[in-house]
Amino acid sequence: MLDPAGEATRAAAARLGVDGVRSLRIGKAIELELEAPDKTTAQGQLELLSDRLFANPVIENWQLELLEKAGEQQQ
Amino acid sequence: MTIGIVVFPGSNCDRDVRWALEGCVGLPTRFLWHEERDLSGLDAVVIPGGFSYGDYLRCGAIARFAPVLESVRLFAEAGGAVLGICNGFQVLTEMGLLPGALTRNARLHFLCEPTPLSVNPGNCRWLKGYSEAEAIVLPIAHGEGRYQCESEQLAELEANGQVVLRYACNPNGSVGDVAGLTNTGGNVLGLMPHPERACDPLTGGLDGLRLLASLSN
Repeated sequence: MLDPAGEATRAAAARLGVDGVRSLRIGKAIELELEAPDKTTAQGQLELLSDRLFANPVIENWQLELLEKAGEQQQ
Repeated sequence: MTIGIVVFPGSNCDRDVRWALEGCVGLPTRFLWHEERDLSGLDAVVIPGGFSYGDYLRCGAIARFAPVLESVRLFAEAGGAVLGICNGFQVLTEMGLLPGALTRNARLHFLCEPTPLSVNPGNCRWLKGYSEAEAIVLPIAHGEGRYQCESEQLAELEANGQVVLRYACNPNGSVGDVAGLTNTGGNVLGLMPHPERACDPLTGGLDGLRLLASLSN
C-alpha cells in the first residue's frame, strides 16, 4: 500500500545525496510496560492490544518480538 | 423526530451539524457526550467531523472505544440511521460498521476545497433525495481521506451498490474514487465530504441539504 510520507522521505534522502534508497516505509514503534503473571499471558495480552488497538490490520502489519533481558532466565 | 450528534473531545463540526439540522432543515437535535450511553428518543445519530481524541494513534482508533459508540453500534445493528461525516466516517471504519480504512492523502496535503461528486443512492436512507448518477458539489476538509481496502472487498462493495458517493476528480488517491459508503442495510452512511457545510447558498451551496433532510421526508 502507498505510504506517501515514506515516499516523501525517500525523495528527501536522494536530495541529501544518498542514492540507492529503493524503498522506505514509515511506521510506529510502541513502548509499553506490562505487568502479567507469566510470559504466555503477557504475549496474549500484547497480541490482543496489537491487533485490536495499536494497529489497524486493514492497513497496517504488525509483529511482536519478545526480547529476553540480558542475564534473565527464560521461564 | 430528534437527531443525536455525538461529541468527542476534539470534535469540531458538531455545532455545524446542529446548525444545519436545526437552522436549515428544521429538525431538533441532542448532543451526545462521548461518555453517554442513552440514545432513547433518537431517530438517527450523526458522528461529526473533527479530531476525536486528537486523532492520536490513528483517526478514530481511540474513539472506537467510547461508551457512546457501544450504544451507537447496537442502534445501527438494529437498523437505526447513522451518519458519519469525515472523522465520523473514519470512526465507522475503525468500529467495523463499514469496511476498509481511511489513510493519509496521496500527496500528503490537507485538502480543503469544493469537490465534485457523483451520487449512486441505491438503498441508502440518507440519499433518498438524490437521483441516480446525480452530479453534486460538497466541500472536503481532510488530511486522511484516502479510502483503502482489498481489491476483492472493493469489488464486493461495487457489486452490492455500496459505493454511494464517488469523487469525479479523485483528490486524495482513494481506491475506486470512493468518497462515501453505505452498509448493506442502507442505514449507515460514511462520507468524507461535509454535507453540513453545503446547506445554505451563502456558505457553500445547497447540495448537502437533501442528505440531512432525508430522514424527515
